[in-house]
Formats: sequence, structure tokens, C-alpha cells
Amino acid sequence: MAIKTYVQAITEATVEEMERDPAVFTMGEDLRKSVYGATAGLVERFGEDRVIDTPLSENGFFGAALGASLCGMRPIVETVTSFLWVGMDQLISQGSKMRYMFGGQAELPVTFRIRMFYARGAAAHHSDRNYPTFMNTPGLKVICPSNAYDAKGLMKTAVRDNDVCMIFEDGIAISSRMEIPDNADLPGGELLVPFGVANTLQTGSDVTIVGVAGGVQHALDAAKVLAAEGISAEVIDPRTLVPLDTETILKSVAKTGRLVVVDPAHKSCSAASEIAAIVAQEGFWDLQAPIQVVASEQVNVPYSPALEPLIYPTPDKVLAAVRLVLD
Amino acid sequence: MALDKQQLEEMYRRMCRIRYFEEAVIEIHSSGELIGPAHPYIGEEAVAVGACAALEDTDRIAGNHRSHGHPIAKGGDVKGAMAEILGKTGGFCKGKGGSMHLADFSIGILGESGIVASSVPIATGAALASKLGKQGFVSLVFFGDGASNQGACHESMNMAALWDLPVIFMCENNGYAITTSYKNSVSVDHVSDRASAYGMPGVLVDGQDAIAVWEATNEAVRRARAGEGPTLIEAMTYRYEDHSLGLDRIIKSNYREESEVEEARTRDPLPIHRKAMISHGFATEAECDDIEAAVHIEIEEAVEFARNSPFPEPGDLFDDMWATPV
Ligand SMILES: Cc1ncc(C[n+]2csc(CCOP(=O)(O)OP(=O)(O)O)c2C)c(N)n1
Ligand SMILES: [Mg+2]
Repeated sequence: MAIKTYVQAITEATVEEMERDPAVFTMGEDLRKSVYGATAGLVERFGEDRVIDTPLSENGFFGAALGASLCGMRPIVETVTSFLWVGMDQLISQGSKMRYMFGGQAELPVTFRIRMFYARGAAAHHSDRNYPTFMNTPGLKVICPSNAYDAKGLMKTAVRDNDVCMIFEDGIAISSRMEIPDNADLPGGELLVPFGVANTLQTGSDVTIVGVAGGVQHALDAAKVLAAEGISAEVIDPRTLVPLDTETILKSVAKTGRLVVVDPAHKSCSAASEIAAIVAQEGFWDLQAPIQVVASEQVNVPYSPALEPLIYPTPDKVLAAVRLVLD
Repeated sequence: MALDKQQLEEMYRRMCRIRYFEEAVIEIHSSGELIGPAHPYIGEEAVAVGACAALEDTDRIAGNHRSHGHPIAKGGDVKGAMAEILGKTGGFCKGKGGSMHLADFSIGILGESGIVASSVPIATGAALASKLGKQGFVSLVFFGDGASNQGACHESMNMAALWDLPVIFMCENNGYAITTSYKNSVSVDHVSDRASAYGMPGVLVDGQDAIAVWEATNEAVRRARAGEGPTLIEAMTYRYEDHSLGLDRIIKSNYREESEVEEARTRDPLPIHRKAMISHGFATEAECDDIEAAVHIEIEEAVEFARNSPFPEPGDLFDDMWATPV
């Protein structure tokens, strides 16, 4: 057991997977100098052929990763949410569709590691929380680890998966720390977290709070305040949005009768609105109050420190939503 | 056409403005008053100033993430720029855009983009509007060596050459894209070598020499106004500071030799321009000193203005989302 940060957990997962399988390599901008922190030491260990610094050409290298994956390689691509837009053609027109269009002939084992910065004064061009866009695009697996343990376990699963996996690394969670078991202490000798299995972080009976990515911490913070008031909240982290573990969420709502979903994405067509729609459709008769969504305001991210904090979910907004559903 | 005393002095004034402005931003950032990223332009002043000196007020420019210098070179008000960087209502964009998005449309600054190379098509479109509407203005876009590798850049250059658009592609080659040397990311010796593939002139120029940049831009402007089409200029320059303020990890990484930085500092564009003016008899030491002193005061006033400018109110959050509110 050792305490590790989220970023260290990602580095560990990368090293373990590169050691295990020579087909795994990593590419992206400024990896060798580890500008975003998670690729430190990789080039020294694995050499320049397996740790590739690309030119500033997202559409080009996203596509090159997909092409390499068709021919036996398993690329890990590092980028940032806002730079995904530049590579959308390759991601969507090719990555999400090739396997299906070619009648299942294409295997696309590419893992995109996507740093999701926001709430740090970087304005609208560097603050995208765009995972819902990719939920709306059939053919991509969408993964949102909220803590270091899941970051490691989900990433290792992604690298072994034969579909295009997009891991969104929440900037609010990346400096968080937690205990990560040593491989020797794990059954099977390594940490693998399966896709499509939600994590119930806290059981409760009065209200279900589902948190997505950085929203999980807000849910936990709110739950602590509620506990002091004698309100028992069940906190669920779906961990992967595609595939989504609807069963765990529906079972919880069947028990509590109330649902609040916390999602840092913009609220229209968000992960939260998808989860709310599923529960409204499939869990309607269990609900005792309308579902509440706590997501970002439907406005571009303003630069000014006087405005930016107003748009995101906060523990206080979660508390207010819980009070509404309990009213 | 040659530059006269007044133009040369104005160029020096604007270079000093950029330098002292950036020094003030660094100081403000290190005090914690600013949290977001900001990319200092120190060392590259001659590119923006040389280029803009060849433009008229009605001409358009667009920039990138390292774009405090571009609007100042175009004649932008330092008060509005500084207030924007502090996220205040007195800023160019009322605090909505910040350091990477300074824009003042009233003097032809179409704005900056934090997404690398994404202003290049915008400037190309501005040139298209100029041509279609017979508006007579020229459009110039500043972008980096790193940006030159984006598809958007190549696509724009092809369209501009194909349609003879009045656009100038001003590549600021400062040697690096964050930590990646351009030698490891551009397949030819020089970005300007690519121009021939599009069928436009490619000009390599010393980006530390504002007069040389002006000369190259002036010829490109002449071509553009005459309907002869675009030009790709590559100005060789150097970024003296770290890629971005607030990224200590990058600062400490050894992607460039300290000796290389020291060597580049010996070719500082401010003293180069100052010496050129004095040695050719356009200005005296005392006149240059006066310019510097006056600009120092201007920048102090800009900081004071920015600090005193009010922050936006919560009620301003949704303003400016739509032309016709939904
Ligand atoms: C599409 C996109 N990819 C990556 C980045 C991150 N990034 C910001 S600046 C930069 C380097 C840009 O290099 P260059 O174009 O040479 O400009 P310079 O910073 O040297 O002035 C990178 C990679 C970004 N902002 N946008
Ligand atoms: Mg550069």
C-alpha cells in the first residue's frame, strides 16, 4: 500500500502496460518533458520509439494512432479536452465508426488520455468538459475516473480493450491522493477496474447523489454536511459513462426515491441529463420527487475570476438540490 | 518607401510598451493576483512591431495564445489590455476573454485564439471578405513554428494562394512549441520553405530586427493590395521567458540550454532598434531615454487603471452570448 496521486497512478498504469506489451506505445505533444506530468521518466525507460513527441497536429496524430491500431499497435495518446476539437474528424468519422462500417473487421485499441482543465482562469478555449459530446457519438467508450485508484485501474483496462477508449482526467481530481494497493497484494497481481461497474462510495437511504468526474467530490462533500444533519445520502460514481451501469443507479433510486446528479459538463445534453432521462424512464414509479441536475450553466466559460466560479457545480449547489428533492 | 523618424520612434515606443507591459504582467502573476496562464512575448517584440508598422489602422490582424504584444503593436490601448488580463469590465472584452483572447475590433484586431493555429483560417476569411467586398484592407496573422504544423494552417495557405487573397502569414519561429524544438517537428529546414509548395513567396527574416520585419511585411502588403496574393514570412526570433507563467514544471525542464538563452539575449530587439535609430541619426540617446521613461509611466497607469476597474457582476454572466437572445 502506498499513497499516490492521480497523476502518479496514470504514470504507473502506463509503465505497467508498456512493460507488459511491446505493442503499447505513447504519443502526444511534449510527452518526453512531461508537460502535463503523467509521462515523466517514460522516454528514459522505453526510448524515443515508444514515447513519441508529435508535431502540433492533433487531427494528424489522432488519426495516425488509429491507423497504427489497425495494424497491431496499441497507442496511448495524450491530449487535452479543448484540443479534441481539432482532431474531431479522425476521432468521430474514423475512430467511432470504422469498426461498424467495416463489418467488425477493424480493431481499434487506442486509449486517449485527455486532461480536462477548468476552474483555473484559462477562459473558454481551455476549459472544456466535453465528455458528453462523445457519449452522443456511438462507438467510443467514455471513462471518467474521479480518483487515483480508478484512474490506474480503468486506464489499464482501457489499454487492453479493443475499442477506442477516451479517459477524461479531471483537473480538479488530478492532484488528489489515495492509497493504491501494491500489485503483490492484489488477486491476479495487478489493479484492473472493469468498465460499466459503478462505485457506491457511500451507502444511504434518503437520497441518491450520482457524481460524474470532479462532481464526485462535490457529492461527497455535500453528503458529509447532510450526514451531520441526519440525512443519509447514497453517493454513486458511475466511473464509466459508456458503458453506463444503470442498474446500480436504478437500484439505489428504488431504495431512496430521490435523485440528484452532479456533472461539471454544461447542462444541456450532459451526462447528468442522460442519467436523469434513464431514471425518469425506467425508475419513474420509484421517484418521490422530481430529479435534480447540478451541472454547469449553459454559457461559455468566462475568463474573469469574478464570473468563472459561478458556472460550475459546487457542494453548496448540491446541498440546495438535495433540499429541494427532500422538501 | 522608407521609414521616417516619427515612424521609427513610434516603433521603439511600441516595443518598449510591449516589453514593460509583459514585465508588469509577470510581476502581477507572481504576486498571485492572476491565476490563469499567460504567455510572455518578451524577446519577440520586433516581429509584432515591425509587422504592424507596415499596416494601416483599417488592416486586420489576428493572433494566438502569446498575444499581448500583437494588439499593442497594432496600437491597442494598454489600459484595456491590462484590465482584460485582470478580468475586469474595463478590459477589451469586459473580462470574458482574458490573456489569450485580447481583441479590439475597433482598430482591426480580430482577436486571439488559445487553440494553436485556429486564427489562421480566420485571418484568411478576413482577407476573403476584403477581396469579395473590394474593401482594400490586408489581413495578417501571427502564428508560431508549432502552429505551422496544423492542418488548418496548410489548408488556409492553399486557399489563400489559390484565390490570391490579401493575407500575410507571419510565422514567429521562436524555436520551440513549449518544449518541442521546431527542428524535431518541422520536416524542412524552414517553415518559409513550404511557401513554394503553395505557390506563394516565402520570406525568411531576422525577427530581432524590427526594420527588417517591416521591410518584408511592407513588400507583402504591397503585393496583397495589388491583388497579387498572400506571402508567408518566417521571422526567426526567440522567447526569452518560459512558455507560460505558472508552469514551474516546464520552467525547470531542460528542453533548452541556458547558454542558448543567454546567446539569444545578446540579440535583444529593443537595443538593436535603439542603436539602429541612433547610429543612422534618427534619434538621440536622450530621445530614446525619454521614450522609455514615458512608456514606464504609461504602463504604471495601465496597471492602476486595471486594478481600479470593477470586476463584472454575476448579472453580467450571460451577456454577449447571443446576438438574438434565445
Ligand atoms: C490545438 C492545440 N494543441 C495544443 C495546445 C497547447 N499549446 C499551447 S501553446 C503550444 C505551443 C505553441 O507553439 P508555437 O505555435 O510555436 O507558439 P509559441 O508558444 O512558441 O509562441 C501548445 C502545444 C493548444 N493550445 N492548442
Ligand atoms: Mg514557437
